[in-house]
Amino acid sequence: MKIYVPLDSAAKALGACDVAATIRSEAATRGLDVEIIRNGTRGMIWLEPLVEVETPEGRVGYGAVDVADVPALLDGKLASLGLVDDLDWMKGQTRLTFQRCGVIDPLSLSDYEAHGGLAGLRRAIAMTAAEVVDEVTTSGLRGRGGAGFPTGIKWNTVLGAKADQKYIVCNADEGDSGTFADRMIMEGDPFTLIEGMVIAGLAVEATRGYVYLRSEYPDAIDVMEEAVRIARAAGVLGADVLGSGRAFDMEIRVGAGAYVCGEETSLLNSLEGKRGVVRAKPPLPALEGFLGKPTVVNNVISLATVPVILEKGAQHYAEFGLGRSKGTIPIQIAGNVKFGGLYETAFGMPLGDLVDKVAGGTLSGRPVKAVQVGGPLGAYMPREKFDTPFGYEEFDGQGGLIGHAGLVVFDDSADMRGMARFAMEFCAVESCGKCTPCRIGAVRGVETIDRIGQGDGAAVALLEDLCETMKDGSLCALGGFTPYPVLSALRAFPEDFNMVREAAE
Amino acid sequence: MADTQTTQTMQHILARHKGQEGPLLPILHSVQAEFGFIPGDVVQIIADDLNITRAEVHGVITFYHDFRDAPAGKHIVKICRAEACQAVGGNAISERAFEKLGVGWHGTTTNGAVTLEPVYCLGLCACGPAAMVDNKVVGRVDADKLDRLLQEAGA
Ligand SMILES: Cc1cc2nc3c(=O)[nH]c(=O)nc-3n(C[C@H](O)[C@H](O)[C@H](O)COP(=O)(O)O)c2cc1C
Ligand code: SF4
Ligand code: FES
Repeated sequence: MKIYVPLDSAAKALGACDVAATIRSEAATRGLDVEIIRNGTRGMIWLEPLVEVETPEGRVGYGAVDVADVPALLDGKLASLGLVDDLDWMKGQTRLTFQRCGVIDPLSLSDYEAHGGLAGLRRAIAMTAAEVVDEVTTSGLRGRGGAGFPTGIKWNTVLGAKADQKYIVCNADEGDSGTFADRMIMEGDPFTLIEGMVIAGLAVEATRGYVYLRSEYPDAIDVMEEAVRIARAAGVLGADVLGSGRAFDMEIRVGAGAYVCGEETSLLNSLEGKRGVVRAKPPLPALEGFLGKPTVVNNVISLATVPVILEKGAQHYAEFGLGRSKGTIPIQIAGNVKFGGLYETAFGMPLGDLVDKVAGGTLSGRPVKAVQVGGPLGAYMPREKFDTPFGYEEFDGQGGLIGHAGLVVFDDSADMRGMARFAMEFCAVESCGKCTPCRIGAVRGVETIDRIGQGDGAAVALLEDLCETMKDGSLCALGGFTPYPVLSALRAFPEDFNMVREAAE
Repeated sequence: MADTQTTQTMQHILARHKGQEGPLLPILHSVQAEFGFIPGDVVQIIADDLNITRAEVHGVITFYHDFRDAPAGKHIVKICRAEACQAVGGNAISERAFEKLGVGWHGTTTNGAVTLEPVYCLGLCACGPAAMVDNKVVGRVDADKLDRLLQEAGA
């Protein structure tokens, strides 16, 4: 009997390791021949630990399984969810980047290949560097780290740069609250990221890569390090990638707990062993990046999407989506929701459908008050904005951003002044210190919001001024975008700031 | 001056990182894994090895939240303060931890068992409030679960 018990951090955080151990011991007592596979998560976090049992009809799911359920599970007496692939949450998605996540054994390269892995890399090996770049450009893939910059265009700049050494740097700093797509794929399908980085290397003629992985993800670090060792031993990495005669190797580097190091130039400084201070641009990292050499810096999901683009063709990918937001986006649903997890779908789904239908509303059962989209620098979207389709330009048009595509849902008990205060406090804690409006302004922001809380109505205008100064005078989006959550909360929920609604309009 | 034992340990650590590009963060992580913190007297050794100034090494150590200049308690309990966890009652969990431990953020209990640290997201945002004890992740932390964790940690 083959049983799947996820090793994903979220599953572990909900007791998956105890469940796996109990299955092993109970099976032994019963003399059952059980093979336990530690897969990634399917992304249905509310069902974790989600245990799957292989049957001739397919994989049958049980969840959320408690240690106490294990005897019934092994006796076939536990109520099942039915076939996992037939669950609404799974059927509603278009899984391209996450096609294998939760399905395969993350550290089995043969399992990976049996499910389409390495097909993209093999195709890329048969192409010229420029053709690979073209393919990525045609797919319409845009950076999933937040800024949405076209990946193919970035790669083209690096390909065109002449240097004795170029680098691929994967940004796995994933600091935004409400996001976990990077973590999920690194733990659940690490070879996809490795394959994406190798393809990027071939495309821009870079032979060395680094994954800058945040220290808050010890499980992902372990899985990625093991996956790199396996890939190297199998010749996917090394001096002669899959016998192509071309070289690419990579290393996992661990961050040190600084949110700002997710900003690409700060990240490069950190990788070089310096303080993670943001660098002025230009020069672009594409031309002068790691150690001054041309460097591709891409988010985990951007890179992990490249294999499927090469495997299925750029056109196939570009057919999904909306306007200039092409392809699919792994949306992470978090906070106060009934069904939290990762949902990969074509761009274009209205925010309200995601919140009310996919997420099933709040866990508390109370009305939704606001959704913060795109992490701590993203705007709070009130229900009036729920018809906004999920796309880069569409959210920008509403004074928001999709960022790394995390949704954090709040019910009506949320204190939006408190959330605005937190945004400023976070900025103050994490500021790299280079610009005064960010370093000092954020501290003033906290004080000003406290004054508003004490009933000082005049401080509202002060807060607005301060936000303008931060927007205009900050070098990067930490100082520059912190005003988004602050002002969006103020505009949509003036009563939380002791103001009457009309006064804010 | 570092004692012989420290100097020897440092030689091993530095040897392990020879040839790495940008080795300072990996070195500091190794030092902290070995000693539990970054002892003041290793700064000079690292600076000499990398041919940079003491001030540069010191500047890097102080920039990052992870590196500590004094030993922590026996266990490090991190509680997520970020938005998704706040949306499901994370603040109350932090408050309870302050109360139970009698310390604030970055504080260590008087018996030396637990150091309490804030963390801004553990990627467990769909099963918050989230916490981490040493390297072990915990989701859906409520008052009971927190009490149990703290008790197990010896607080
Ligand atoms: C304060 C700040 C934090 C950021 N954090 C991340 C992060 O954690 N992960 C990420 O991929 N990009 C992050 N970014 C965006 C990066 O600077 C950069 O745009 C991205 O890594 C480029 O990759 P992409 O084009 O594939 O998105 C951050 C930006 C800022 C200003
Ligand atoms: S805005 Fe803040 S984090 Fe960004 S460069 Fe300026 S000081 Fe550093
Ligand atoms: S916000 Fe707490 S784990 Fe992400």
